[in-house]
Formats: sequence, structure tokens, C-alpha cells
Amino acid sequence: MKKLVAASVVIGASLASVAPALAQGGEQFIPVLSYRTGAYAVNGVPFANGGVDYLALLNDRDGGINGVKIGFEECETGYATDKGVECYERLKGKGATGASYVSPLSTGITFALTEKAPGDKIPLLTLGYGRSESRNGAVFPWNFIAMGSYWTGASVAVQHVAKEFGGLDKLKGKKITLVYHDSPYGKEPIPALEALAAKHGFVFKGVPVTHPGVEQKSQWLSIRQDRPDYVLLWGWGVMNGTAIKEAAAVAFPRDKIIGIWWSGAEPDVLPAGDGAKGYKALMLQHGPGQFGVHAEIKKHLIDKGKSLAKDDFGQVLYNRGLINSFIGTEAIRTAMKKYGNKPMTGEQVRWGFENLDITEARIKEAGFEGMMKPLKLSCSDHQGADVARVQQWDGKEWKVISDYYTADRDVLDKLVAEQSAKYAVEKKITPRDCSKPD
Amino acid sequence: MLYRETGQFKTTYSADMAMLPLRQDRIALGALLVFAFVGIPLLAHFAVWPFGNEYLLRAILLPFLILSLAAIGVNILIGYCGQISLGSGAFMAIGAYMAYKFGTGMPEIGLPALPVLPSILLGGVCSAIVGVLFGIPSLRIKGLYLAVATLAAQFFFDWLFLRVKWFTNYAPSGSVSAPELNVFGWVVDEPIERYLFCLAFVVFFAFVAKNLVRGAIGRQWMAIRDMDIAAELMGIRPFFAKLSAFAVSSFMVGVAGALWAFVYLGAWEPLAFSIDRSLQLLFMVIIGGLGSILGSFLGAGFILMVPIFLNVVPSELGVPLSTETISHLEFIIFGSLICFLLIKEPHGFARLVSLAKEKLRLWPFPY
Amino acid sequence: MSGLSFAIPGGIGAVLAGLMFVLLRGDRRSVVDTIVHVALAAVTAVFLGYLASRAIDNPGGFLEILVGGLLSGVLYSLVALGFVLIFKASGVFNYAQGAMVLVAGLALVRSLDYLTGLGVANIVAIPLAILFSGAVMALCAFVIEKWVLRPLLNQDGLTLFMSTIGATFVLEGLAQMVFGSGVYPLRLFPTDAWILGEGMFPGGILVNKLDVWGGLIAAILVVALAAFFQYTKTGRALRAVADDHAAAQSVGIPISWIWFIVWLVAGIVALVAATVWGTKLGVQFSIVFLALKALPVLIIGGFTSVPGAIVGGLIVGAGEKLAEIYLGELIGGGIEYWFAYVLALAVLLVRPQGLYGEKIIERI
Repeated sequence: MKKLVAASVVIGASLASVAPALAQGGEQFIPVLSYRTGAYAVNGVPFANGGVDYLALLNDRDGGINGVKIGFEECETGYATDKGVECYERLKGKGATGASYVSPLSTGITFALTEKAPGDKIPLLTLGYGRSESRNGAVFPWNFIAMGSYWTGASVAVQHVAKEFGGLDKLKGKKITLVYHDSPYGKEPIPALEALAAKHGFVFKGVPVTHPGVEQKSQWLSIRQDRPDYVLLWGWGVMNGTAIKEAAAVAFPRDKIIGIWWSGAEPDVLPAGDGAKGYKALMLQHGPGQFGVHAEIKKHLIDKGKSLAKDDFGQVLYNRGLINSFIGTEAIRTAMKKYGNKPMTGEQVRWGFENLDITEARIKEAGFEGMMKPLKLSCSDHQGADVARVQQWDGKEWKVISDYYTADRDVLDKLVAEQSAKYAVEKKITPRDCSKPD
Repeated sequence: MLYRETGQFKTTYSADMAMLPLRQDRIALGALLVFAFVGIPLLAHFAVWPFGNEYLLRAILLPFLILSLAAIGVNILIGYCGQISLGSGAFMAIGAYMAYKFGTGMPEIGLPALPVLPSILLGGVCSAIVGVLFGIPSLRIKGLYLAVATLAAQFFFDWLFLRVKWFTNYAPSGSVSAPELNVFGWVVDEPIERYLFCLAFVVFFAFVAKNLVRGAIGRQWMAIRDMDIAAELMGIRPFFAKLSAFAVSSFMVGVAGALWAFVYLGAWEPLAFSIDRSLQLLFMVIIGGLGSILGSFLGAGFILMVPIFLNVVPSELGVPLSTETISHLEFIIFGSLICFLLIKEPHGFARLVSLAKEKLRLWPFPY
Repeated sequence: MSGLSFAIPGGIGAVLAGLMFVLLRGDRRSVVDTIVHVALAAVTAVFLGYLASRAIDNPGGFLEILVGGLLSGVLYSLVALGFVLIFKASGVFNYAQGAMVLVAGLALVRSLDYLTGLGVANIVAIPLAILFSGAVMALCAFVIEKWVLRPLLNQDGLTLFMSTIGATFVLEGLAQMVFGSGVYPLRLFPTDAWILGEGMFPGGILVNKLDVWGGLIAAILVVALAAFFQYTKTGRALRAVADDHAAAQSVGIPISWIWFIVWLVAGIVALVAATVWGTKLGVQFSIVFLALKALPVLIIGGFTSVPGAIVGGLIVGAGEKLAEIYLGELIGGGIEYWFAYVLALAVLLVRPQGLYGEKIIERI
């Protein structure tokens, strides 16, 4: 009986604890969905550190955004969709005005939240991942796939391959194999690659790797026998490091592999040691390194022991976490220009995203110079950028080896239109008219 | 004092065999149902604490109901028929994907898009058919061997739904999203509507399950569980008994899978029904109590609440723990709790409840 | 491929499968059994025939995949061995074996990093780190035996199995909390490859050095275990306990002590597995998924047989790699996860105790 009483007390206490916290006052709340444990923690930790550090920096240095303090809370998703949904539900109502935006940091969670966000009126910021067709803001008003989609990545990777072969016309008859994480994330680039294969005449083949990707021997043995001219890698977490190691084990030349920007960070190459030398990866505009904003973070957070970042400070994914929070808070700032300096609602932040214009001057002022190019989003274009560079691992650090490539919009725009139209029909959405201001 | 049967006389056999022979139990269940169907919606409507909070409905009650239904299904197989399965996640996936196919239509065979209710039920039927197929090995192997054999189903279907594009209507990313939940013109959208929708399913199937296990077929299952050779000698056909348990169990698990996908997640991929889900369901029935419908609910509630509790409470109390530490602690506490419960009460929460009832009957005179 | 190159090996495959069917047929014969056996034999024949035709098309490539598969199968055996030891001695199906590999690996790599960080030479640091992680495994064995298994004495197999899942969670959480949750590279063995027979086949046959090391270590481990069981007092006591707990206890064998020893030995096996797998993948959380790869190995080899674990590993490794590459071309890749389990299911239907298991004298 005592146990029963104890159990009911426990349940009661937990119910009490999920009640809305009223004491949070006038904060602008930003939920942080992260994963610091499990098979994807190696990549999840630096990204989360970067994202949180930038928010903490704004609070510590500027007292928030235009004087409105930022409230933020992490929630561990473990890269699992159902846990991500639970986290979203838990955090979406916090703060004075609810969640201002959510970054799901998983393509699977993005898909699930795409269904929920319009009802809750919370924008989704999916920086370089998520549904590629959500670039079309007329159909996806709440998704912001800022800076690049997987289709952008696929197109840029193909262009780099072509450049190495000496031009797009040399692609004809070449074999390009995609080694991908067998999930919505890994499958996203396939339609774009198929379209590009049809246009340029290369032979495209997809090789799936089962989650979590610790066993890739047969994939790489078949690649060794198939001898493709180039391999594209769409991996995440442990899969990246394993792929590079297996490539080394079957002696597939590493400089004939290009990873997506989620396969191009330090934790992906370090475990492979010398075997990773020569491996290439796309950059989501930025690479590793320390810039203006890092000095500020060092001064305000790290030196005071307020940051969790250690070796990952200035690494690729840490920097991406910074940019993610930068773009999100800039959207809030933009919204405040219109609606006043108070906590913004999700709807107002959405307006902020749609009218986001991060100029060269603003990038410089915020200390992001050298990490990103100007970014301008609009109702019809929720992506705002089509450029990426390629970097190469020289055994010690990432070296930028190319100029900016611009994705092939002729092919991709058609795909975006097709797929978003299909979604609109399926969900009975009438696309907005983007020529009218809202 | 209040909870005893003095004065309640059973004058017919049917009264003696009733589902809830005690008047107090009937009143309690009735009150609970009224509260669940009427009370919670009203409280939510008037935003009475804590029911006005969407989080409680959408992220706690909804998964609790759906996973309870799945746990009932698993409990029928494991708890009542004694056939261990580690492939429940796969059967949830079959329910979800087939319900999706029925819900969006199959033009290849001229089948139009069906409404939501028949889609979900047909998803369950498909799951039942596959359950019978994968139940065939149970006629020859049992125990842990069978458990591992059911893992074959788990991994096979994980792969099938990833690879065969027909199941996802050729969606390029392989992620699908549920059609609109429209039941006879009622669009199930608001959290409270979703809650009621699931509640109706769960209550209905819980009653079906309770009556099945009390009836002839349920007694056959239990005979097989307790000693299969003796059961066979008594004239129970293991073939029919085992496969029917697989069918009923897979049907309920499949319906739960369809609800999980349609009502809770909204959009999903096979990873939502991975081996982790199977293990989670197994935990629910074992912690809750094997061979008990009530235990399925208790187990589901417990397994669902512990991680949320561990996650929410420290942050609400202002204990400065990093997310990383919390999730490691969650692993440790969760694992120790399971070991602790197994050691202290191997028969699960359901046994605790019946002990409590027993004590209540005697209270305040302990004899 | 031509029709002929399919037909001849197909015929050979059919004969082989028929032979297997005769050799492996169970002691009961009902109509359903016969149908299932014939169907299995037919599927096996077609599969083997298909493989043979591919082998004729490209013998070098086939040999390479076969060798690679066999060797990677041995790496699964390393994990499976730990399961077998514990199941044999205590009837516990130890789900925590994968987590134990993680704990051992993390203890090893972190202590090694710490020692080399202090400037200790590798030749001293490696034995010290191994000693340290051995001690960690002993602690694990002690705690699990005392606080999980002893209170659960005489419970049924399912409860014990569940309790090891509980222990898995605790080990995973603790190990990551104490040692960290990153990827920690371990470089104890070479990971590059030999190319053999370049004259004979175009491109040669690639053999990974790490896999060969894994095979060698597995062989040493099996010999050492056999010697331990055969020639030491503890080992013989262990076998006695495995045969009959009650009888062993009545002749004065301390059961708790023996179980501690078994879990310790399984912990050491986990440590050995961790050295190889840690070198292959880097020590990290995902190593726990190895437990799931070891299960079909156990089913095929039998839960109680040490040589069975090795043979099962070979069959699973070769089968899944060949299936992934050759069958995957036809029906889409990514099949190796379920293929191993389907293989195990097929073996179960024909021979429920596995290839080397003790015969289960029970009709159901």
C-alpha cells in the first residue's frame, strides 16, 4: 500500500511539474532540441554547444535581444522522432509567448513537426537539412530551410566532381555512387541526383547503410568491385567515421569521396586517423575556425566557465550551432523591428524569418564575418542561398579547396515545384500568393 | 471498510462469472470511465489545472493510451499465451503503413482512399495476417529461441518499409504523413479530440481483450502458457490456440501502430517502430504484470512517465544538471528501477494492485 | 550470366541442399515439417545456385567477399562467445554483453589516453590500461552477480533476461557518464589491407589485416577457454555448475563464486572483443548494437557451444555479406540485418537447438 501511495505521489509531483511555469515572465523562449547521448551524440554535442553558447552570449553580453532576455532549455531527443515530438510538445508553450522557433536537428523530426507547426504557429528553422521542397514558402509557410537543402548539396557536389573531371560534359558515362544513411535524411538527395544524372548522363547508384551504420563492410566491398568514379557520402553520427575507415580498408581513394556538410566535421575524420587524409566534404558556407564571435564567447562564457564547449570550440559543427542560433535570433530581431521590443509570438517570428535580410554589415557586426554570406529570405524563397564550397581533410585540419559553387536552379526549382505541389494536393493546402504582402 | 463483498450475493452462475464481481469495482470502473470520457474533456475545456495544459493531453495522455493498447496486444501474446515476441514494433509498423495505404488508396488494384476508421482497422487486419505467418515457428520453438525468431520479423519489416517504395506512395524521402483524420465528417484535430478518438479505441479493445481472455479461447491460451503438453493432452489444439493468440495480439498492436502514426506522430519513418519500441513494449507488460489487462495500463504509464519525470523534475526544481548528465542518469535510474522491480515484485504492478485490494478487503481487521 | 552457368551450379546447389535436408532433418516428421523442410531446401538450392553462378562470373570478387564475410563473422563470434559462457553456466541470456563490450572498451581507451597523456610509453601503458579495464570488468561482474542475479535466483529465464536488459541500461549510462560519450579512437592493430593473388584475379583479393587479427585472437581465445574449462579446477567446477546447479552445490561448489567467475570471464571476453571492435570502429556508444548482431550467431551455433559460436559467426558473416552484395542487387540493399535473422529462423525450423547445441528433448 505504501508503494501505491508513493507511486501516486510521484505521479502527482510529475504532473505538477509539467504545469505551465508562470514565473518565467517576459522572456523570449527558444527551445533547443539536442542529442548528447546515443549513436549520434558525437555530432549532436558540438552543434548543441554552439547553439546554446550563442544564446547565452546574447544574454550575458547584451541582456538578450534588444533588451528582451532569452529563455532557452535543452531537451534530449536522442535523434528519435517520438522523443522529438515529446520534447516539442513539452517546450512549445514555455516562456511568455511560447516557443519562438524550433530547430529539430533531425530530418525525421522535421517531417513530424512539419505536420504540427502550422497548427501551433511555430516556425521551424532547418538549417541545411529537412524537406528540400520546403523552400517553397507558398506551400510551407512555417518551414525555413535556410542556407541550403540536400538538393543544393547534391548539385554542388556533382559540379565539383565535374570540375575535377574537366567540365560538366565529361560527366557522361561516369559512375557516381551515393552511400547514404537509410532514412529520410539519406534519401533526400536521391531525386536531385537522379534528375542530374538524367541531365548530365552519368550513371547514378544508391547504396543504403542501415541505421546506425556501424557495419559497412559489404557496402564498401561492393564499391570496390563496382569501381565508381566518385562516391558521395550522406552519413550522420558514427556512420561517417565508419564509412571513411572502411573506404581506407578497401583502399578506395579518399579523395574520390565527397561528403555532405553533415559528414564533414572533425568527429567524422579524426577516428579514421591517417585513413581520412584526402577526404572531401561540402561546407554549409562555413568551415571550422575562430572568428569575431568566438572571441566574444571566449571572453564572456568560456573564461568564466559558463560554456560546455571544450575541444569542439571552433569546430565545424560548433560553428554551425552558432550560425543556427544567429539566424534564429536575427529573425526575432527582424520581427521586433515591426512589432516592438517585447517577446515575439511564433507568428511574429515567422514574419521575421520571411523578411529576414542578414547583410554583410550585420554579419560583420555580429562577428560572423568569414563564416557566412549574406542571407535574404522571402515568402517564395525560404532557403535564400544556393552556394557551397568544398573542403578537404589533410590529416590535421580542413582546407578549403574550391570557390563557391552555385547549385543548378534549373533542375532543382522544377523539383521543388513538383514536390511541393504534390504535398499541397495531399494536404489540401491552397498555396499562398507570394506577390501580395501579408 | 468500504471495500468488501459482504451482502453481495450471487444468485446466478452468470453473476458469479461477471467481469467485475464486486459492486465497488464496478462503481470504480464506471467512475473512471465517466471521468476519462466526460471529466477530462470538461476540465480541459475550462482549462482547469493541470488539464488545460496541451502538453498533458498531447504528450502524455495520448501516447499513454496508444501504448497501453499496444501493451494489451503484447500481453495477450506473452502474458496469456506465453509466446515471447520481440517483434511488436514491426507489427505496429505494419498497422501504420497498411492503414496509410488504405487511407490514401491503392490505385493499382482499383481501391479508392478509404475513410480513417476502416483504414485503421484494416491496418490491424493486415498486421494480424502477418502475425499468424510469423507465429508459425512458435509451433516448433519456444522461449528465448522464439524471441530471437521474432526479431527476424522486426528487422525484415524495418527494411521492407524503407526499401519498397509502394508502401510510402513513392515519397522521395521515404517519410509519409497521415491523411486527415475525418470520422463521419468529424475532423479529429484538437488535442482533446485526438484524446477522445484514441480513448474510444482503447476502451473498446480493452473490453474486448478482457472478455476474450476470460472466455474459452483465453483459457486455451493460458493452458498452453502454463503447460503446453498437458494442454494438448486435454484436447486443446496448440495450432489454433497459438496462432489465434498471434492474430489477436498482432491485430491490437497493429491498430495501436496505426494510431501512433496517424494521431500521435503525424509523419513517420520506419525508425519510429524500431527494435527499441519492441523492447519498450516488452518492458511495459513485464513491469505492469504479465497476464493482466490492468497491468498493461500500469506498465505503459510507468515506462512512459519515468523518463519524462526524470527529465522534467530536476529542471523545474532548478537543479543545475546538464542535458547530458540527465540523460545518462535517466539510463541509470531506469535500468536500476527495472532490476529493482524485477527483484522485489516479479509479477509486476498488477500484483501490487491485487495485494492492495486484498488488504483493503480485510481492513481494518487484519485477519 | 548465361543459362548454363546458372543451371549447373543450381543443380549442385540442389544436391547440397538435399544433402543438408537429409542430414539435418528433425526427429519428428509431420506433413507441415516436411513441407517446411522441402521449401527451405528449395530456397537454399536456388540461393546457392545463384551464388555459384555469380562465383563463376567473377571468381576473384566472389572469393574476396567470401573471405571478408568469414573474417567479419569471426568478429561477431568474439561478442557471441561472452553470451555462450554465461548462458552455459547460469542459464542467463545476457543481453548486457554488448554493454559490457562498451564498458571494457571505454575503460581501456580512456585509461590508455590518460596514461599516454602523462607521457608513459605505450609498452607500459597498454598492459596497465588492460589491467585497469580488467579490474573494471571484475567490478561489473561482482556488482551484477551480487545485486542482480543472486536476488533473482530460481526466477524463470525471461525474468533473468529482463534483468540483464535493466543492467544494460545502467552500464550504458554509467559508462558514458564516467568515461564520456564521444568517439575514442583505439589503435592496437593495423587496419590496412593486403591485396592477395593479384596475378590470378583482376584487382586481386583484398584481405583486411584487422580481420585477420580478429580471427587469430578468436582462435587463441577459444583455445584458452577450452584449456581453462578442461585443465583448471575452477573450470571444471564451472562445467559442473552448468550441468546441474543443485548437484554441483551439493558437492560443495560455491555457486555465487562460480557465477562471479563466469561473469568475470565473460567480461574479459568482452574486453578482448572491445580491443578488436574498438580498433575497427573507435570506442563509442554504438558498440552496444553488436549484441543484436551476435544473436543470430548464437541461434545458428547453439546457445551452449563455444565452437558453435565460431561456426555460427562464420556462417552469419559469409551469408550476410554474400546476400547483401549479390541478393541486394536484385531486391535493394540493406538486407544484411534481417538476412542473418532469417538464416537463424531457417536453422531454428530445421534444428531448434542450433548446429552445436545440446539436443532439446521436448516436443511442442
